[in-house]
Amino acid sequence: MSRAEDISTALLAQMLDAGAQRVTPDVLQPAETLLDLYGEDIRARAYVTHDPALGEMMLRPDFTVPVVQAHMADGAEPARYAYAGAVFRKQSATRAREYLQVGYEVFAREHPEQADAEVFALFARLLDGYPTRPVTGDMGIVKAAVAGLSTTERRRAALLRHIWRPKRFRALLERMRGQGPLAADRAGLVDRLRAAPVKELIAAAGPHLGLRGADEITARVMTLLEDAEAVPIPEDQAQALDALLSLSAPAQDALAQMRAMGWDAITPALDRLAARLEALDAAGIDTETLPFEASFGRTTMEYYDGFVFGFIARDDLPPVASGGRYDALTAVLGHGRSIPAVGGVIRPDTLAGLEGAG
Amino acid sequence: MSLKLGVPSKGRLMEQTFDWFADRGLRLARTGSAREYAGTVNGVDGVELVLLSASEIPRELAAGRIHLGVTGSDLVRETLPDWPASVTELAQMGFGHADLILAVPVTWVDVETLDDLDAAAAAFRARHGFRLRIATKYHRLVREHLRAQGVADYQLVDSQGATEGTIRNLTAEAVADITSTGETLRANHLKILQGSPIHQSQATLFAARGADWSSTGQTLQRLSDRLGLPMPTGFSAQV
Repeated sequence: MSRAEDISTALLAQMLDAGAQRVTPDVLQPAETLLDLYGEDIRARAYVTHDPALGEMMLRPDFTVPVVQAHMADGAEPARYAYAGAVFRKQSATRAREYLQVGYEVFAREHPEQADAEVFALFARLLDGYPTRPVTGDMGIVKAAVAGLSTTERRRAALLRHIWRPKRFRALLERMRGQGPLAADRAGLVDRLRAAPVKELIAAAGPHLGLRGADEITARVMTLLEDAEAVPIPEDQAQALDALLSLSAPAQDALAQMRAMGWDAITPALDRLAARLEALDAAGIDTETLPFEASFGRTTMEYYDGFVFGFIARDDLPPVASGGRYDALTAVLGHGRSIPAVGGVIRPDTLAGLEGAG
Repeated sequence: MSLKLGVPSKGRLMEQTFDWFADRGLRLARTGSAREYAGTVNGVDGVELVLLSASEIPRELAAGRIHLGVTGSDLVRETLPDWPASVTELAQMGFGHADLILAVPVTWVDVETLDDLDAAAAAFRARHGFRLRIATKYHRLVREHLRAQGVADYQLVDSQGATEGTIRNLTAEAVADITSTGETLRANHLKILQGSPIHQSQATLFAARGADWSSTGQTLQRLSDRLGLPMPTGFSAQV
């Protein structure tokens, strides 16, 4: 057995000792669920194969989705699950395509801050002795800040949709402030759309083809004309959002800085952060020094929507461990039902590499 | 061992490749009948001509079975994962220009830019229950572009030919395809999205990093001198 497998076995045993029930999801997962969730990007990262009866299948790119599905199908509450096994990702030539993950997930309706602290403290204990530094964040605060912008519901929804794609998010925000190339493009488009009734514009453009109907085009034209009347997002709010997104400080200090912004929209999210820090302190984590980065988790962890964390050994490598809260994912996969959930994974291969280097 | 130069085996791309080398004092010619894929190079000793389909040249370069190859920069980027690790560009040859673009029906008066396409895709998915379909054969290039630009709620559907027809046939809502004049797009009542194309392709001379250069480095030096190109680094003979 390789060293990584030894580490994996030992970590899994400790997670089971912590009260988790072992789950063993299939390697082959239906592609459709993963594509609906992650979009076309996952096709570039996951191995797709074809089953004559079941259609497109993927070699599991992660465990979270099948674990959530299994829980939503017949899980008791609250529940703790642990798993260990290989995941498969298409990578650049220098990185492993098949590597181990050991994970721990908690599904519990009561005391989310306790569950957050439980998972983080467990990971900190399991990684004790390895040269890693922790980092934490909170997507809930970012989402609350966007949801609190003084603008139309439609603009807030557009920003929230792209919260995990920082480049497009920034471009949209700039446009909604009435600045940048997108704002100029949009102004030109709106001028052309105002020139005549939409029916005439469509008729003048040429013969219509395709599934996207004239009614859909008309609906978006109406949306664009309505949106053109919206006042720009206020500069002070856009700057506050920028300041929030670039915040990086020890957790208690970060909380104090965000409180000092006096932003009512994020107060409930900050109260949740305060409760989590209290629970982390009680679990033996020093929150005076625990690093907090408000943007952590925005580029790599698409489905996380609350507490996020990572343990990093080297900046040029993926985190040794990462995880977070994904309440919204359980709603997407639960077909109408949902349950608050938090968890994370450790990469034993990376740990084995650290031992070798040390 | 001779240095193997792979060039397109037929059509305008072959003729223009022959002309490009001829302008630089190298005469490339097919030998035998027009159906035989063999050829000669006059002007530099030690170079062997290999005639191949332009679409096979990227793979032959990556495998190191040919040392140099002429093909479209789009084909190299589409075919080879992490292409700069496999090949290096020696010269952009100034012909075979074509843009890889995104196009939508002309009646989409609300869609002019990628920003609009992204918003239309979100509304389309909410309305129809599936992601907006983009037909293409350039999966890698299109996906990487849309990912870099942060576009969501689309899917790529494969189309190896007559891509413009997929919208009429209701198998796609938009297309990503190569165009040089836009003629076919206009004839099919499609318009190109504003902004930079996904890729601006042209015929390019590539060198294979994985080929055996141990006894061909000096030939490459002579060829580079002849073509007026700087000798690429990392390709000299191990002498």
